[in-house]
Amino acid sequence: MSAQVLTVTSGKGGVGKTTVTANLATALAMLGKRVTAIDADIGLRNLDVVMGLENRIVYDLVDVVEGRCRLRQAMIKDKRQPELYLIPAAQTRDKTAVSPSDMVLLCDQLRQEMDYIVIDSPAGIERGFRNAVAPADKVLIVTNPEVSAVRDADRIIGLIEAEEKGPGQLIINRVKPQMVSRGDMLSVDDVLDILAVELLGVIPEDERILVASNQGLPLVMHGLNGSSAGEAFRHVARRLDGESVPFMDLSVKPTFMSRLRAFMSGQN
Amino acid sequence: MSWLDRLLGRNETSGQIAKQRLQMVLVHDRADLPPGLLEQIKDDIIQVIARHTAVDTANVAVHLEQNARENRLIAEVPLLAARGRRG
Repeated sequence: MSAQVLTVTSGKGGVGKTTVTANLATALAMLGKRVTAIDADIGLRNLDVVMGLENRIVYDLVDVVEGRCRLRQAMIKDKRQPELYLIPAAQTRDKTAVSPSDMVLLCDQLRQEMDYIVIDSPAGIERGFRNAVAPADKVLIVTNPEVSAVRDADRIIGLIEAEEKGPGQLIINRVKPQMVSRGDMLSVDDVLDILAVELLGVIPEDERILVASNQGLPLVMHGLNGSSAGEAFRHVARRLDGESVPFMDLSVKPTFMSRLRAFMSGQN
Repeated sequence: MSWLDRLLGRNETSGQIAKQRLQMVLVHDRADLPPGLLEQIKDDIIQVIARHTAVDTANVAVHLEQNARENRLIAEVPLLAARGRRG
């Protein structure tokens, strides 16, 4: 069996690519899969801290590409999941230190030993993005229900299609059900109407994401209940693994006050 | 939307406004045709057609339409009645 290469990208920065990469890689590993996460954001390394592996880095992606170490030496083994590895980005180099064909070669070397390779793409549409997308079998586009993020996601969808990596699958991150229900946030259906792309996951806004990155322990590992974002990430991982998992109901349960408000605004 | 918005005649939520603005901006992004360029295209179309027949220039409309990920340039060019041409 050869690994599937998943590239997580977004165009716009700050929508949660690294969080999504860390949580999906971890959730796939928790399903018993062999997973390597690759940080392709050379110069702005971050996946290591989100996964809590920053103290173990000796070699990085650029060291592998430039032949200073063997691939295995740059693969940091996760502390908790036996079959989860991280290849960190170089911190003191830039995107031109690696080429798209380097990335294809590196992933091809890994394919036989892994079930999934999850690549964290840098923001933007330049070299770093092309490096991250070149080896992809499937591109996961992360967006937020926000005008600028959706616009950039649309641009990325177009570029992925042009690179024949399309059509891509969408993860809508940081959805606030309360805001959607009062009409102050684009709904999942609105975003899908606009982008016309397949939905892979909807992740609710969750303060515990920040707590998790403070601790360097991806949210999916924080016990099995109580975290809706963690649950949503585990669902995405199962969908990626071919299971059909229904989407979570994120609608807000009506309270007396919300009913009263709806009545006052004529929306009852 | 609150009863206050309704009272003041504001009947669109900010979510709806966001969706409409996105749809407009993406039609132009996808076609790589800035809104100003459409006006130029409109003038060019009028010129070409006016060489052959009389055009009701004030009522020519050119816009982009999108269907899923396909873009279409729609031009409506009303012609002036061909008075006396057959007579």
